Amino acid sequence: MRIFFIICLSLITYSANAQVKLLTLDELDKRIARGKDTTYVINFWATWCSPCVAELPNFEKLRLANLETPVKILLVSLDFKSKLEKEVIPFVKQNNIKAEVLLLNERDQQRYIERIDKKWSGAIPATLFVNKKIRRFYEKEFTESELKNTLLNLK
Amino acid sequence: MKKLFLVVFLLISGLCFAQTEGYRVGDVVKDFSLKNIDSKMVSLADYKDAKGYIVVFTCNTCPVAKGYQERISALNASYAGKGYPVVAINPNDAVTVPDESFEKMQALANEKNFRFPYLLDPDHVVTKQFGALKTPHVFLLSKTEKGNVVEYIGAIDNDSEGENPDKINYVQNAISELSAGKKPSIASTKAVGCSIKWKKG
Repeated sequence: MRIFFIICLSLITYSANAQVKLLTLDELDKRIARGKDTTYVINFWATWCSPCVAELPNFEKLRLANLETPVKILLVSLDFKSKLEKEVIPFVKQNNIKAEVLLLNERDQQRYIERIDKKWSGAIPATLFVNKKIRRFYEKEFTESELKNTLLNLK
Repeated sequence: MKKLFLVVFLLISGLCFAQTEGYRVGDVVKDFSLKNIDSKMVSLADYKDAKGYIVVFTCNTCPVAKGYQERISALNASYAGKGYPVVAINPNDAVTVPDESFEKMQALANEKNFRFPYLLDPDHVVTKQFGALKTPHVFLLSKTEKGNVVEYIGAIDNDSEGENPDKINYVQNAISELSAGKKPSIASTKAVGCSIKWKKG
């Protein structure tokens, strides 16, 4: 009984300990390169962006539908780094977000916007579908079916 | 008939396009008259001695705009005396976001001691005219014989969180160049911040 209790407790603390790591674009590039046949669906969002928050459940559905496929969802927050502990992590916990959440660790907005996509105005939500061969960037909100179809038709 | 349809369609889509595009660098700005937080109307023409204007679309609630509040005040403190006053316009709809209301704008301006107008644009008329898309979004104008010409559009700097060692002060640099009789070497950047909260329906 005591062991059961300890296991439960450790499970609870584990799930409550939502991790949000910092991510530079160099790190992201390396990760994509290491990803072999994985397609990354990278959503750029922020806790303060209401249309972003509204579409997050669609990414969760996409994640659940692709547990067996080489597809990885990354939710990259553009919140300020100073808000990581106070806002981003609590948000991830409260909304029970299961996908991997990262916080963009870049100092120069003009540079990172250009690097992610030359045509990007910098507005969010925006989503990048990327693997070793293909890179498609969309500055828009996605419905659940649009996400699914964009991933299926990625060429 | 089909052709006429097509022509009409093209005309309409052309108009829509023109409306969303807004000003580009080099365009002459149409003056406006918007209500300030002291309930007085403000126009660019009110500034008789201005050499230009730092028109900033900004708001009460966006974290990025909040992060720039002091920098906007500092721009006004540095450049109003040199002929480039800040004219701030809140493009957000207060029905969509109650914290963008007139009263909340007054409270913010009081709290932060704004020395520049903070104007309402309740139907987004001026916002659309300029083509502002974010808060904060800067349009630097110079007063010429042709009218008020757009010289720079975009961000205040490339350092929204105040930590970039390679910070470039785009607006300051552009004003320095204009004051030296030159055109800004960087005339546009991407405005970084929150999308504008448009009126619903």
